[in-house]
Amino acid sequence: MKKFGLACILLFGAVLLYGTMDFPVYGDPHSPASQHVSDYYIEKTIEDTAVPNIVTAVLADYRGYDTLFETAVILTAGFACFFLLRRFRRPPPKFRLYRHLDTGITLIFEEGAKEPVDSDEFMRIDSQWVPYDLIIQKAAGLVVPFLQLFALYVVAHGHHSPGGGFQGGVIFGATIILIAISNDLRSTSRRISESISAKMASTGVLIYAGTGTLCLLLGANFLDYGVLSQLINVSPIMARSHGILLVEIGVGIAVSAVMIWIYYNLASAGRHDEGL
Amino acid sequence: MIWQFDLIILTLVVISGIAAISIRDLLGAAVLFGAYSFMMCLAWAVMGAVDVAFTEASVGAGVSTVFFVAAVFRTSRRSKD
Amino acid sequence: MQEMMEVFLARYNYWVVIFLMMIGLYAMIAKNNLVKKIIGMNIFQTAIILFYVSIATKRDASIPIIGHGHDGHHAILVADYMNPLPHVLMLTAIVVSVATLGVALALAIKAYQQHDTLEEDEIIEQLKVEYLNQP
Repeated sequence: MKKFGLACILLFGAVLLYGTMDFPVYGDPHSPASQHVSDYYIEKTIEDTAVPNIVTAVLADYRGYDTLFETAVILTAGFACFFLLRRFRRPPPKFRLYRHLDTGITLIFEEGAKEPVDSDEFMRIDSQWVPYDLIIQKAAGLVVPFLQLFALYVVAHGHHSPGGGFQGGVIFGATIILIAISNDLRSTSRRISESISAKMASTGVLIYAGTGTLCLLLGANFLDYGVLSQLINVSPIMARSHGILLVEIGVGIAVSAVMIWIYYNLASAGRHDEGL
Repeated sequence: MIWQFDLIILTLVVISGIAAISIRDLLGAAVLFGAYSFMMCLAWAVMGAVDVAFTEASVGAGVSTVFFVAAVFRTSRRSKD
Repeated sequence: MQEMMEVFLARYNYWVVIFLMMIGLYAMIAKNNLVKKIIGMNIFQTAIILFYVSIATKRDASIPIIGHGHDGHHAILVADYMNPLPHVLMLTAIVVSVATLGVALALAIKAYQQHDTLEEDEIIEQLKVEYLNQP
């Protein structure tokens, strides 16, 4: 199989390299990709939408239909991981490990023994003997609020700097994953449960599609944000800018919730009792 | 878009790509994949695509590598080739 | 020598992209381990994204964010800004690649739970034995 693979890629590579002889030169301003439509986007973004970041304006306003279905794809991936891996009825483990916090002694409780559940002195640890480290737990807990503030900044400032809904959503989801890694998965999933994150993901897609439907109900095309000026009392150009912000918030909520959801299902292989 | 810079970063991209698929330890492959993702982010930042570089930095380092390490943790760490 | 340098500088990004694509394709075809195949798939995807981003570059142009944004008195020259359209398409591609990665890893964990191994040839052996032994 390896020799076949090697022969295959050498043949393909040679044919593709021969094909690059006709491609436009690297960095050519007159290449065919940089004409026709993208000239219109570069010249008219400030006039139409008052958003300096051209990529955000094209993503959420001119090509908003694609972004709606991209968010739906992310939601579908979350659902797919859930349906593949999640096991609700699991057999009870053969033994549980509890660690005494003051002395560090670890006790093994077999089946049928009486366990110190919800006690202040004993802490349940995973069956892989992941060590309990106070420094990592407290340091991560100190850093997380600033990371979340940065994630909200990236979403809100996507009009003027690189950023936008998707990047801020991923950073927000990564902060919750950091909490789940530094503490254990059970306590994090008690605070931000799986059902909350599934509902938030669906709410994010609902916000996006809801904005489009609101524009439809006010009399214009789907996702044509200019008519929102009837509701908010600004000019149609600023209404488009605010419509972009609303849509980015929807994308950010959906993406962050799906990242948390997929992590819960992957790290515990569906059982939600132990994590990384 | 300085071509010397571009060439050095693209060489590092190719080296980390080849290393990520040749190493036998799967945890090492996951970490090298994170390094590959970061080098790609630098390459796109040099080419002027700042939004794409931001997305790849947050996705590659924050989420994609963590998913790989979680999956390797739940399956085995050794591989035959 | 000068001519070879010119040909190289005109097209080196395409050559690097083709090389990366072939590395990813080799990993998907020839490696036995499932996780290595998934890594190869991701290398292939990012190589395609590199291709699109590199055709959007223009010499001596700046990033596609219009500075001095709101006054509109300066004329916006097209040759001063990079082409934003492939960047937009590639943002969607990165999102889709991370979604695909999540589902692929879930499938790999499920396959490990069924067959207790991640190597492709051992899984095929177990499936053959199962098929031959069915009533």
